[in-house]
Amino acid sequence: MDGIHDLGGMQGFGPVAHSPAEPAFVYRWEAVARALMLVVAGAVEVSGGEFRHSIERMDPGHYLTSSYYEHWLTAAATLAVEHGLVTGAELEQRAGGRFPLSGPVLAPAVADAGPDVEKARFGVGDRVRVREWHPPGHTRCPAYVRGKCGVVVRLDGTYSVPDVEAHAAARRREPTYSVRFGAADLWHDGQVGVSVHVDLWDSYLEAS
Amino acid sequence: MSKEGHHPAPLSPVEQRVAALEAVLTERGLVPEGFIEEISRRYESEIGPMNGAKVVARAWADPGYKQRLLGDGTAAIAELGFGGAEGDHMVVVENTAAVHNVIVCTLCSCYPWPVLGLPPAWYKDPPYRARMVREPRVLLAEMGCRLPGEVEIRVWDSSAEVRYLVLPQRPPGTEGMTQTQLAELVTRDSMIGVARL
Repeated sequence: MDGIHDLGGMQGFGPVAHSPAEPAFVYRWEAVARALMLVVAGAVEVSGGEFRHSIERMDPGHYLTSSYYEHWLTAAATLAVEHGLVTGAELEQRAGGRFPLSGPVLAPAVADAGPDVEKARFGVGDRVRVREWHPPGHTRCPAYVRGKCGVVVRLDGTYSVPDVEAHAAARRREPTYSVRFGAADLWHDGQVGVSVHVDLWDSYLEAS
Repeated sequence: MSKEGHHPAPLSPVEQRVAALEAVLTERGLVPEGFIEEISRRYESEIGPMNGAKVVARAWADPGYKQRLLGDGTAAIAELGFGGAEGDHMVVVENTAAVHNVIVCTLCSCYPWPVLGLPPAWYKDPPYRARMVREPRVLLAEMGCRLPGEVEIRVWDSSAEVRYLVLPQRPPGTEGMTQTQLAELVTRDSMIGVARL
């Protein structure tokens, strides 16, 4: 989905609040939120794609104004409700107030995952174009490279396609590639000596 | 922390929500005894950038290891006993005088846990994710990593299953050091690629 999580290249953000070191968990509730997400994922067999998509479906304002582990908490609660472990009303009653959950899944369930793709269509050095499309569900194809041309620099073997995994019990495996894009081709701002590499599944690409 | 005899501090709204979900899932019998403490302990003490520092120090000291590391990162890192979730498919990218590498995850927070631990908050927050693919030279300079104009910058957006580790350049004047001493020089930021040593 064209969601708030797809941040690559967005403008208007200020400096990075960099710190040279920090504890794994600043507050105890962060560790609890992390653990509870693992509990839910184990109880209802959530795939990586479905987990990621449950965060991506957060209200954009909530996403931008909450920390990483609040994202995990919201995902855990959303998936627990969607899979029937708990109800939203029960959570709000226990919390003594609002318990915002992520929005509904917009994409239809994937009825047919299609056959696995074992053979890589492209090799190192091949020029490829990223498909220009706007899937309503989960994808790992960042918007900032869609429609752009790049060069394959590495083949990484075949993996389950998250776009299928997030919306079906079935799986489809495809080769993934690391594709190099010139920064100037992405942003048309004259940057020199800068390239951005994005790891993409086979079906995201077409020959260029 | 509250002192004995005082009321504990009121929970913040997010803490109330965490407590609510924990209580409901515990009532359903889904939270194993000690599970939350186990999660905290695992990420606080077992994994972290000290693991990646050992990998880097070994690569600096042992050219054969460095070659294996750049050829098959997952296998070479496993030689030192590190691997597992978010480290199953490792690619190591080497910094040189002419090339600087930096890693980011624009869509979420992908990061090589076994060698670097859990990602810092700033790595997961919008400014870093939005800007590192758009204006890396500017952002790196802002973060204190000023690169000469002729140094090529390669940004790696970990959007699929591979996780990246940057192999920083060995600092000059470290020729006589042991691997243990070398590992102490290696910072988390140099292995993300937002700093040079």
